[in-house]
Amino acid sequence: MTSRLTINRTRATKVFLSAFLILIAAIAVYAFLILKHDPSFVDLNERLLPMSWQHPFGTDHLGRDMLTRILLGFQLTVGYGFLALLLAVAIGVPIGVIAGFKGGLVDRLLMRVADAFLAFPDTVVAIVLSGLLGAGIENLLLAIILVKWVNYARLARSTVVTERQKDYITMAKINGLSEWRIMWKHLFPHLIGHILVLASLDLGKIILLISSLSYIGLGAQPPAPEWGAMLNEARPYFQTVPALMIYPGLAIVTVVLLSNLLGDYLRDKFDVKKEVAE
Amino acid sequence: MRLLQLNNVQKSYQPGIPVLTDINFSLDRKECLGIVGESGCGKSTLARCILQLEGLDQGEILFEGTPLQDKGEREIRPYRRHLQTVMQNPASSLNPKLKIRHSLMEPFRQYGAQVSLSHFQHGSEEGMARQLMEAVELSPDLLSRYPHELSGGQKQRISIARAISLEPALVVLDEPTSSLDVLTQMSILKLLDHLRDALDLSYLFISHDLLAIQALSQKILVMKQGQIVDRFEKGDLFADERHPYTQQLISLFD
Repeated sequence: MTSRLTINRTRATKVFLSAFLILIAAIAVYAFLILKHDPSFVDLNERLLPMSWQHPFGTDHLGRDMLTRILLGFQLTVGYGFLALLLAVAIGVPIGVIAGFKGGLVDRLLMRVADAFLAFPDTVVAIVLSGLLGAGIENLLLAIILVKWVNYARLARSTVVTERQKDYITMAKINGLSEWRIMWKHLFPHLIGHILVLASLDLGKIILLISSLSYIGLGAQPPAPEWGAMLNEARPYFQTVPALMIYPGLAIVTVVLLSNLLGDYLRDKFDVKKEVAE
Repeated sequence: MRLLQLNNVQKSYQPGIPVLTDINFSLDRKECLGIVGESGCGKSTLARCILQLEGLDQGEILFEGTPLQDKGEREIRPYRRHLQTVMQNPASSLNPKLKIRHSLMEPFRQYGAQVSLSHFQHGSEEGMARQLMEAVELSPDLLSRYPHELSGGQKQRISIARAISLEPALVVLDEPTSSLDVLTQMSILKLLDHLRDALDLSYLFISHDLLAIQALSQKILVMKQGQIVDRFEKGDLFADERHPYTQQLISLFD
């Protein structure tokens, strides 16, 4: 009973994921082929319009096309989320692998630095950095990277520390593999699954962070079509034209949900044992 | 010239607590030397020293007359092909994330192009993999499996196949049968004996199991607290003048 349930859930996840990926691909194609509006083009004669063929999602309080802004917001929000994530992984993983593999003083030094970063909550760092360097999406990204790299460093380190004591690492050494080759051939396959799962779950959190900080004015600045910033701009019209808040809100929920599903799916996929059991 | 010779080898991990004291022995080609001793007597450290995974405090390890103990990792690498090992735990000797084929062919991929083999025909990698599987009496179908799909005995056979794949001069068998059931132990011992004849291998067989050692070795050393306390030919095991510790070991399987 339980196993049937699990398989069904996995299949449901797959279907759901595929549907979303197709949807997003379609949206992307639509955005590039059919996009006919300038996201910042202000036309006060056409403000707060309802749905129409001309404006499928209507227009906002400055007469800008909502669909165009939501689509470009995808590029902005998800794009910046990805960028922050990639940089955090690119900084954290090598530091963690080196700390775990070398051990000793190097390990202790790197991990104390990581602990120091871990002590600050991400929102606080973002707010402080915005206060010091000025509000803007670049400073927000910097704050996210500063906070997130630690997770990847710790994950990579703990995986490497567990695995490097195993006999197959000794065998690889006996078989003449260099340290770099051992890291690449033997440790990397162990890392990639963990990292991808954590990263895809983190993507949702990072997008939420970007949007929520943009909403309170610390991230992307208007007129950038960032979803959180759009929510903020739509606030005064909440009661009269709720669609202005619903569309960006739905976009955020969709992407965060997608990122969590992707995390689940990847976790199953990289678990060799589970794959075989199915 | 002796294949392997240890002169006055000393090793300790912490100052003042010796793990190996004054170890002297030698091993000829096609010979199997057994080393028996209880847990913690230093036999695995001895194996790690011979395999050049640990440095020595004193003494020398000669491989075909060449001292290995002071060489750096780079200089050791050409010798590693001839210093292979099968370890105790078959579960951790194979990377769980890699298919059997990948683990098995690791030494071949590393050295294959440079070495000339006399028993195996090393044409294609796939052909080599099949020959190795045949040598350890396993089906080539297992090559595309993951380690967790194999039994302990099968995994240990894969480890053996990997260790012999480059026709090394010496294979250090560090408790190769200790984590297996009795029937599997016997079949593994039989296989090892057969492979030594077929491939002209030399074994250094380390175990706490005197019976297993006796099945394979011509000469036997007894280790206790980092020292060799007794040495004898296989036939002399039950002679009366054995060291008290040896007699104690013998009495265990009466």
